[in-house]
Amino acid sequence: MTINLQVTSAGTRESRLGSITGYAGDLHDLVRQSKCGTLQEKDRCFSQSSSCDAGCALNQLASISDVAVINHAPSGCTAGASTTIVHYTQLAAKRGIEYNTVFLGTDMDEADTIFGATEGLRQIISETYNRYKPKAIFVGTSCVSGIIGEDVDSVVAELSPELPIPLVPVHCEGFKSRVWASGFDAADHAVLTGIVKPPQNKKPVINFKNFNESARNEIIRIFANFGVEPFFFYANSTVEELSRLSEALATVSICGTLGTYLGNGLEQEYGVPYVRTINPLGVAGFEIWLREIGRVIHKQEEVEAYIERERAFYLPKIEAVKKELKGLRAVLGMGASFAFQVSRVLQELGIEVVWVASWHYDTKYDDNELPPYLDYLVKDNPNNLKVSVSDQQNFEILNILNTYKPDIYLARHPGTTVWAIKQGIAALFLGDEYKTFGYRGTLDFANTILDTIRNRSFEKNLAARITLPYSDWWYQQDNATFLKAEAK
Amino acid sequence: MPRILDQPRYKCAMSAMQTVQGITGALPILHSGPGCADKLQGGNYGGSGHFAPRIFPCTNLTEKDVVFGGGERLRETIEHALKVINADMYVVLSSCSSEIIGDDMEEVVRSFQAGGKPVIFASTAGFKGNNLLGHEWVVQAIIEQYLQPAAQKSKGLVNIWASVPQYDPFWYGNLFELENLVAQLGLIPNTIFGYDRGIKNIDKIPAAELNLLVSPWVGLSNVKLLQEKFGTPYLHLPTLPIGSFETSKFLRAVAGFAGIDKQKVEDIITENERKYYYFIERFADVFLETRVMSKRFVVVADAQYSLAITKFLVNDVGLFPSKQYITDNTPPEYQEQIREEFKQLNYGITAEVSFLADGYLIQDEIKDTYFTGYPLIIGSYWEKKVAQKTQAHYLSVSWPVKERLVINSSYVGYGGGLKLLEDIYSVVLTRFN
Repeated sequence: MTINLQVTSAGTRESRLGSITGYAGDLHDLVRQSKCGTLQEKDRCFSQSSSCDAGCALNQLASISDVAVINHAPSGCTAGASTTIVHYTQLAAKRGIEYNTVFLGTDMDEADTIFGATEGLRQIISETYNRYKPKAIFVGTSCVSGIIGEDVDSVVAELSPELPIPLVPVHCEGFKSRVWASGFDAADHAVLTGIVKPPQNKKPVINFKNFNESARNEIIRIFANFGVEPFFFYANSTVEELSRLSEALATVSICGTLGTYLGNGLEQEYGVPYVRTINPLGVAGFEIWLREIGRVIHKQEEVEAYIERERAFYLPKIEAVKKELKGLRAVLGMGASFAFQVSRVLQELGIEVVWVASWHYDTKYDDNELPPYLDYLVKDNPNNLKVSVSDQQNFEILNILNTYKPDIYLARHPGTTVWAIKQGIAALFLGDEYKTFGYRGTLDFANTILDTIRNRSFEKNLAARITLPYSDWWYQQDNATFLKAEAK
Repeated sequence: MPRILDQPRYKCAMSAMQTVQGITGALPILHSGPGCADKLQGGNYGGSGHFAPRIFPCTNLTEKDVVFGGGERLRETIEHALKVINADMYVVLSSCSSEIIGDDMEEVVRSFQAGGKPVIFASTAGFKGNNLLGHEWVVQAIIEQYLQPAAQKSKGLVNIWASVPQYDPFWYGNLFELENLVAQLGLIPNTIFGYDRGIKNIDKIPAAELNLLVSPWVGLSNVKLLQEKFGTPYLHLPTLPIGSFETSKFLRAVAGFAGIDKQKVEDIITENERKYYYFIERFADVFLETRVMSKRFVVVADAQYSLAITKFLVNDVGLFPSKQYITDNTPPEYQEQIREEFKQLNYGITAEVSFLADGYLIQDEIKDTYFTGYPLIIGSYWEKKVAQKTQAHYLSVSWPVKERLVINSSYVGYGGGLKLLEDIYSVVLTRFN
């Protein structure tokens, strides 16, 4: 058994999946070392601010409708509450539904760090229930609550019988994991242990794990061809709906990083098959993924008919754009799954991928297998690919961009694309996880790349008028200069 | 009841990284977990400046550091930051984690003092206080660890201290408008935040003849310290001047303190007011004949905007305050003096004030308040829901300000008052009259 639902913490990706945030080399070496179990984390003796798992964990849970997320932390850790609430309120409004989730904190102060704050936490949980009558309450931990040893589990265990709703701890102390994606697992762990119930009866539904469900209507239409409905989560999902995740025919995810814990957990506990193919990005990814879904739900013929129909419409259009993309060179900086999968899509479009910077790297997933996109990419890249693992270390990215001077930089995390632009390089923010989804997404993506490189007014204007913060000395160094020998 | 942070309206002290970022050329170095900067920029736009949270050097503390100490990690981070990133000043900030585990950061920072570039340290652990105090602590660190006494005072030079960078979305515009007002009096304004200010203006601080603090309470400890250290007197004006009434008062107060010729000041004020009332006259029809606009308003904001907007709407626009809410965790020692300010309104009008950060309780009270028509609610993003429930006219001005973009506009001065009227009536006019 890989996933242990008898404990309250998911554990870190480092401990479960051998994940790392420091590496420089190439794809073949990375995969070879992953398979041999020799890949080691490398420390940096200089680093820039990154992100922590608490953000991922609590924001995921806060995207569920009508719950309360309580961050047991000083006020700064809850500073993003308004951003989270605005984001999901607007997302719900787009669907015409209400979102009443609250995201609050315990505002830990100096006295709390000396005397402890579990009594305060207990009162705040009760007060939150009385104020909002949420459908579930998630209690997150922080660096401070972790270091001073707050026993959040006990508070939750004692209070649970008094509340008629699930009350679930979420272990996401920021210093515990270098990999912020550990927070996705912490959120999934909370949902698997506190919300999901055993199945009553199976339903013609496919669990669809994603972020902002922008392709919602498109996927509903696609799946209707196969007689199944997608259930999107966590955004805009309800506690009641999530409690029935075990009743689905299968689980899929738009992102390998995002899906591994919940997908494998549901399969392990309730026998819901987790579709483990490469993700539905690009033509190859979409077809492989769709065919596997067809196999799992026994709808192969319908899937083949759909693929044939869509190919006829889209492939000629994609071929036409590819002619215009020929010869372009790209650098990517993204989370582990997207970094490698978008690389695959770029190559499908005939763009040369000159460097892949992955924000972290998992040597395996929760089924103990190498992430499938790596196997695929290795087979597809006899000439290898340059790779670094770098949790948004901006100075490394700008060094790489300066060295390779690509036509375009693609990133998938706020605050990163702007730096390529400042260096005068066209950049595309791939915030929407469905930007490269399926045939339609692949065509859109290709067109957006063209638009991005064909009007470079913004970046040229800006780059000509500013100075960059990095020293000339730094630009003369190798981008991996500060990666030390293996960490302990 | 412990403090429930329901709808956060302040952040923790380490958010003072934004104060450092507001000083061109100054770079924060964070001795913290990897997620602090990412979280602390939350709720703000405009974070992609020359230095930005994504490039702040950070020790990204891990479990190993928490157990064995992170002092060495801080040392190598500073050492390499000096080589990799060009900055005029490096400000090391502590976090909850680095302070609880007891790293001796002052010692590490001190070891860099002999180097060519200034490296200073501010203790900003999140549990020690909120971002407004953190702002003061960064300024204090600059005063104590960087500033040197000036050979002589510089005639007419006035340091201006006001809005907290980035936390106040209008910080940039407000500061620069205050500069313009002070310059009209023939004085030489000096601020350290924003475009083309930075270290060269920090260096001028000790030479100033006057420190002007325009703020209900934030920064008071800083100007007192400057007086102690450099003998510079300070003028504390609690009200950010918005519109004609307060701005004229502001000009008279500054001029009086600086000993400027009375007739000269009155001439300046007369000209400014004539221009201001040219616009008020032209748009008086809007203010008088918009039937949906009620006379009652509520401000839910930090002390700065609660006070400033209340004074403007009462003394310039002729409205009436309902209970006003101050949400910035104002330290108790300042509260009484601020309450008094809310009693200094025209026609003996006074406003009841509540120092309360809990949005749930505030909004409950607003729902139960009788406004005689649609209320005008000026607050933060968090007031949007109660505004919808009460059919209020709603404008967000205080952190967190979401769903509107503020680049460099200002509510300060004569023009600032007109700008606030524009913003309020741009909401009011969307409703059937």
